Amino acid sequence: MSEVTHGQSGAVVAMPVHHEHGHGHHEQSFISKYIFSMDHKTIGKQFLITGMVWAIIGGLFSVLFRLQLGYPDQTFPILETFFGKWAAGGHIQPEFYYGLVTIHGTVLVFFVLTAGLSGTFANLLIPLQVGARDMASPFLNMLSYWFFFLASVIMLSSIFVHTGPASGGWTMYPPLSALRQAGDGQKIGTDLWLIAMAMFIVSSLLGGLNYISTILNMRTKGMSMTRMPLTIWAMFFTAVLGVLSFPVLLSGAILLLFDRNLGTSFYLSDIVVNGEILPNEGGSAILYQHLFWFLGHPEVYIILLPAMGMVSEILSVNSRKPIFGYMAMLGSLFAICILAFLVWAHHMFVTGLNPFLGSVFVLLTLLIAVPSAIKVFNWLTTLWRGNIRFTPATLFAIGFVSLFISGGLTGIFLGNSTIDIHLHDTMFVVAHFHIVMGVASFFGMFAGVYHWFPKMFGRYMNNTLAYMHFWVTMVGAYLIFWPMHYQGLAGIPRRYLDKSGWVSFNQFGDLDKMITVVSIIVFAVQLMFVFNFFYSIFKGRKVTTRNPWGANTLEWTTEINPGHGNWEGEIPEVHRWPYDYGKDGREYIPQTEPVGANESKH
Amino acid sequence: MDIVSKQQKKKIHPHKFTLWVAMGSIIMMFAGLTSAFIVKSNQAGWKTIGLPKIFWVSTAVILISSIMIQLSLRSFKNREMTRYRLLLAATMVLGIVFVALQWIGFNELWAQQITFKGSGAGQFLYVIFGLHAIHIIGGIVALAVMLFKAYRGSSKLYSSVPVEVMATYWHFVDLLWVYLLVFFIIAGGQ
Repeated sequence: MSEVTHGQSGAVVAMPVHHEHGHGHHEQSFISKYIFSMDHKTIGKQFLITGMVWAIIGGLFSVLFRLQLGYPDQTFPILETFFGKWAAGGHIQPEFYYGLVTIHGTVLVFFVLTAGLSGTFANLLIPLQVGARDMASPFLNMLSYWFFFLASVIMLSSIFVHTGPASGGWTMYPPLSALRQAGDGQKIGTDLWLIAMAMFIVSSLLGGLNYISTILNMRTKGMSMTRMPLTIWAMFFTAVLGVLSFPVLLSGAILLLFDRNLGTSFYLSDIVVNGEILPNEGGSAILYQHLFWFLGHPEVYIILLPAMGMVSEILSVNSRKPIFGYMAMLGSLFAICILAFLVWAHHMFVTGLNPFLGSVFVLLTLLIAVPSAIKVFNWLTTLWRGNIRFTPATLFAIGFVSLFISGGLTGIFLGNSTIDIHLHDTMFVVAHFHIVMGVASFFGMFAGVYHWFPKMFGRYMNNTLAYMHFWVTMVGAYLIFWPMHYQGLAGIPRRYLDKSGWVSFNQFGDLDKMITVVSIIVFAVQLMFVFNFFYSIFKGRKVTTRNPWGANTLEWTTEINPGHGNWEGEIPEVHRWPYDYGKDGREYIPQTEPVGANESKH
Repeated sequence: MDIVSKQQKKKIHPHKFTLWVAMGSIIMMFAGLTSAFIVKSNQAGWKTIGLPKIFWVSTAVILISSIMIQLSLRSFKNREMTRYRLLLAATMVLGIVFVALQWIGFNELWAQQITFKGSGAGQFLYVIFGLHAIHIIGGIVALAVMLFKAYRGSSKLYSSVPVEVMATYWHFVDLLWVYLLVFFIIAGGQ
């Protein structure tokens, strides 16, 4: 693509500093600037805002099914007003419940925590922090967003079709998901789900290709690999994981589409549905699980690694200390990236997997504890005796570390194939992955939004609202998910609509009510965050200096509102690693400053 | 893009690098499918097939087209535009012939009662060869765009990078086909 729009910005040398909206050199139309933009910063914002819309939808769905779980006997007539037959008599119907659970999972895992998190921050930060004018291919980058948008439209439309959205769970296991006869949610809703996911995979791949080649090929002078901020390393490994694992999910989804629509039996064998004997023979439902989890496990690191990278950066900047163990951080990211591909069968311990094979996967799974512990140790030692500034971003980063520890420890339980026999498919699993992957990554994302908001919009977010947001979310997250561990240990299965049939589970009735009430409060506070976000874009306190946090990385050497091309004139040269905080009596030394003759070594 | 190339004289061009990563990604997809094939082939009720002979013809066609695009790249570098256009067009035509031959091969199999029913080598063949053909069709579309530009001749920059990227991709889908064919001969079981 021989687009040279941003080429012109390179020709702008020494323009006056005080013009606010990009380069006045060539006027861009509204459409090319905000809609079909090829500027990585705008694309990042598009990912963020689309992700926020999805987070609200996905979060609202969880509130709805929490209402059912907390108050299974009560009727909410208002639900019937809004959802009609799906909540007949003010009661959430079973089909609707499964649709809600499925869409909640899919949307939050893929659309919010993959596209909304790495899509946003990889786009925003990679060119700015490695010192590039834009991505390797701005055009592919734009396509990446628009494929995501298309996936979003298809997924959203599936909620409104007559037979309802896909309802086979976010893992979409066959044979349930492969058979139209199996229920309303398995009709057109599942096809739309599969097509939306295919579009989503294309979007992720286009994005990932760009992130990798930008990081490897377009770093500015002096920016060697080991001088890159940890955010960039994390984004790099995230992209590698995505590029290698998403295609495998795509192949699994294609086989599923064939089974659904063309009569093949890749996943189907010897099935009776509603008394009807199906002709399919020779298929294997386990095959799908292998293909799915070969992506599915790396996917949890695709979600988590960007959060880890941003937390490392934010903790170092705000404790005014170098990151502890930079190389160990790199090594552990690398180890996690490799191990991510070798543990997928721990999702399948109870599928009849050979126990000897299972024990290999147990060993590999527990090995992940090593790099994870290294990272936690390094975050804590970075904070240790730091001169900590408790900005909202710092608080969320510390919250991330807390959640990562609590959620990581329960992973050791689940990683054991023997304990997993008792715990699999219970609320314990729900508690584990929500804390360690869901909420922790959300905290990383919030930290990132609060920290880089001044770079994105040239204004600050409101701190009072931000502190309220943090404390309510932090306390709420533990109140919601901690009790679920006990429910799971007691044997309560996940995905169940109503467990009042089991007398032994009745003891948890009040606990479920409490969880529901807290989740409504937490959801309301997230809406407050959204308000704060949009309000601050227009009315927030203006940023007056280029480097409001006193950070070393390159993005703070650009103008307050950088135009397309990022730097006026030359791209700055890099002379040192990004973590020279509190060195030789100086609070911080930006990466662009040459190493002095008398400087001590780090 | 001019900035990109100015900035990075010594290194591999970012677009070429992006293509290499993309090829890794495509390899992962076919690796997923062929390993599914291997897993399934060890289970009960597996049905093998005989490969139609026409796939050998299509192999020859795609190999020749690879030579064509390589020659076309060379003529582009030597600034022989007429020859470049001609060879590029030949590549595209051979690509279309390849897809047509695959289609004939599918029909031959279908005529032997190997339909979508079941989950043996035949069904995998339709999926795997079909997806490969889609990658070829993607290449044909790119070739058509490139050919259109070559005839319009409106490009301001004379850069061989797009042609090199195209040629690399074309060789890749060619090699991918050879791999798939060999895979089906060995693992598919005649």
